Amino acid sequence: MPEVLVRARGLTKQFGGFTAVDGIDFDLYRGEAFGFLGPNGAGKSSTMRMIGCVSPPSGGQLTILDSDPVRDGPAIRARLGVVPQEDTLDVELTVRENLLVYGRYFGLPKKVIRERADALLEFVQLTDRAHDKVEPLSGGMKRRLTIARSLINEPDILLLDEPSTGLDPQARHVVWDRLYGLKQRGVTLILTTHYMDEAEQLCDRLVVMDHATIVAAGTPRELIETYSTPEVLELRFTPDCHEQGAGKLRDLYPERIEATADRVMLYVSDGDEALKRVRGLGLEPSSSFARRSTLEDVFLHLTGRRLID
Amino acid sequence: MTIRALAYWLTVYKRTWRASIWSSFLGPLLYLGAMGFGLGSLVNAHGTAQLGGVTYLQFVGPAILAVQAMQTGIMESTYPVFGSVKWNKTYYAAQATPLTPAGIFRGHLLFNAARITMNSAVYLIVMWAFGAARSPWVILGLPAATLLGLAFAAPTAAWAMTLKSEASFNYLFRFGMIPLMLFSATFFPLSRLPGWLRLVAYATPLWHGVALCRGLSLGTLTAGSAVIHVGYLAILAGIGVWAGGVTYRRRLYV
Ligand SMILES: Nc1ncnc2c1ncn2[C@@H]1O[C@H](COP(=O)(O)OP(=O)(O)OP(=O)(O)O)[C@@H](O)[C@H]1O
Ligand SMILES: [Mg+2]
Repeated sequence: MPEVLVRARGLTKQFGGFTAVDGIDFDLYRGEAFGFLGPNGAGKSSTMRMIGCVSPPSGGQLTILDSDPVRDGPAIRARLGVVPQEDTLDVELTVRENLLVYGRYFGLPKKVIRERADALLEFVQLTDRAHDKVEPLSGGMKRRLTIARSLINEPDILLLDEPSTGLDPQARHVVWDRLYGLKQRGVTLILTTHYMDEAEQLCDRLVVMDHATIVAAGTPRELIETYSTPEVLELRFTPDCHEQGAGKLRDLYPERIEATADRVMLYVSDGDEALKRVRGLGLEPSSSFARRSTLEDVFLHLTGRRLID
Repeated sequence: MTIRALAYWLTVYKRTWRASIWSSFLGPLLYLGAMGFGLGSLVNAHGTAQLGGVTYLQFVGPAILAVQAMQTGIMESTYPVFGSVKWNKTYYAAQATPLTPAGIFRGHLLFNAARITMNSAVYLIVMWAFGAARSPWVILGLPAATLLGLAFAAPTAAWAMTLKSEASFNYLFRFGMIPLMLFSATFFPLSRLPGWLRLVAYATPLWHGVALCRGLSLGTLTAGSAVIHVGYLAILAGIGVWAGGVTYRRRLYV
């Protein structure tokens, strides 16, 4: 049985009368990459801040590294690495200085900090920018620097709140590549995202959050098997036929259809075969596309909404 | 913890001191020059009995020491504090480490104290060189000015952490700092003020700071009044340190 690093039972967070996290349960095991997938406002960051011991839980139980986050916050934080949703770099300092001052916060000896800083800059491919100010760096570079900074204390758990949001596709892939590297080294990761591809790529297990609660949990594979079908047939109709087409298909596949404003998705085991049957009904979609199910479909199935509008 | 937070501010200062050096040293020196010599020559010509028989330069010199300590204390606790939570969010970076909100606060405050001491030391040297000090006790003006600066810095930082917008700082400057500077026996003795205003002045921290610095510089300070001035300022600083612990926690740990 792998070691449990974080255990939450009925974990709740309230701001005034508003409930941002409503009684969630989960366990984090050593060595895994665990994800919180959910749309804006689902309560992901609120959960991360409680795990990061910078926000007191309003209710329920939370145990981190066998300790109580309220009582032992500083000791727990000494063993965490944190990449917050919004960058908190000091833009007036240089890239390397950001790592040095952060290392001092952990009370590490200067020599150790310098060695680690150089190795980490190498790791996130920022060595040639070490002595530049942070301010003009690109969003992707800042994110990588924040990741490097979060590793200065060689944390037991790395918390990443939307590590690649706002980056262009290329920068995102560099970030994923680095995170994958960390995973290979056995670092335990918790990350939040509203990108299903990010969750699929990086997470061994994940929970889907919506409206402050966990609506599903499992490995990406399990979630897809449980809440979706092997394939999805996406159909588009010309605008005036959309309603009519969707209506007809709803009669045919009452439980396995999702219609959004611009397309109809049929959840089927074989997309090509399903398309033949659609045509057999005398419907002629303006375009059609059969693909494998993704976590996006899981989310759509669970909530009737798409993850990112 | 406090020391770790201080180390951060020292690193920042190493990078940015050039930008602030002129304003923090030159400002008070200009005051001393303009007031002490310019205005002073006019005042001295009319006799200085009201000033206690000392030259205007000697009267105003130690008061400017107190004023610049107050100004540094307040300035360093307004925008730098507010910015650390609102703009560059460096307090949040520190908070994700073993540092506590109280440690973050005290580290920043300690750095402010160092700034106040440094500015005051430079000013004191110039004051001495200009002959604006009469007694060797003036050397104790350094800890006195630092205490005075802290008596402003700590409550100001505590208050700054409760703000949603930096606009409120203007009220502090206009209706707090400037009136204090004008009416705390800084540029003229309190005997020139109407009685009720004099009582108000006695209650303000800057008056205690000015009286303390002036008493040291002129060598006229009595032990009794020293205890009162120091006690007043220490209590104010203490309240500020306590309040900052509360407001920092409330802002950062939510
Ligand atoms: N300090 C706070 N005070 C009041 N409400 C808050 C606070 N922090 C978060 N909330 C509210 O709690 C809810 C959940 O916010 P949270 O930041 O946890 O969501 P999220 O899943 O991280 O969303 P996003 O994808 O936008 O980052 C939101 O409705 C938010 O407005
Ligand atoms: Mg968030």
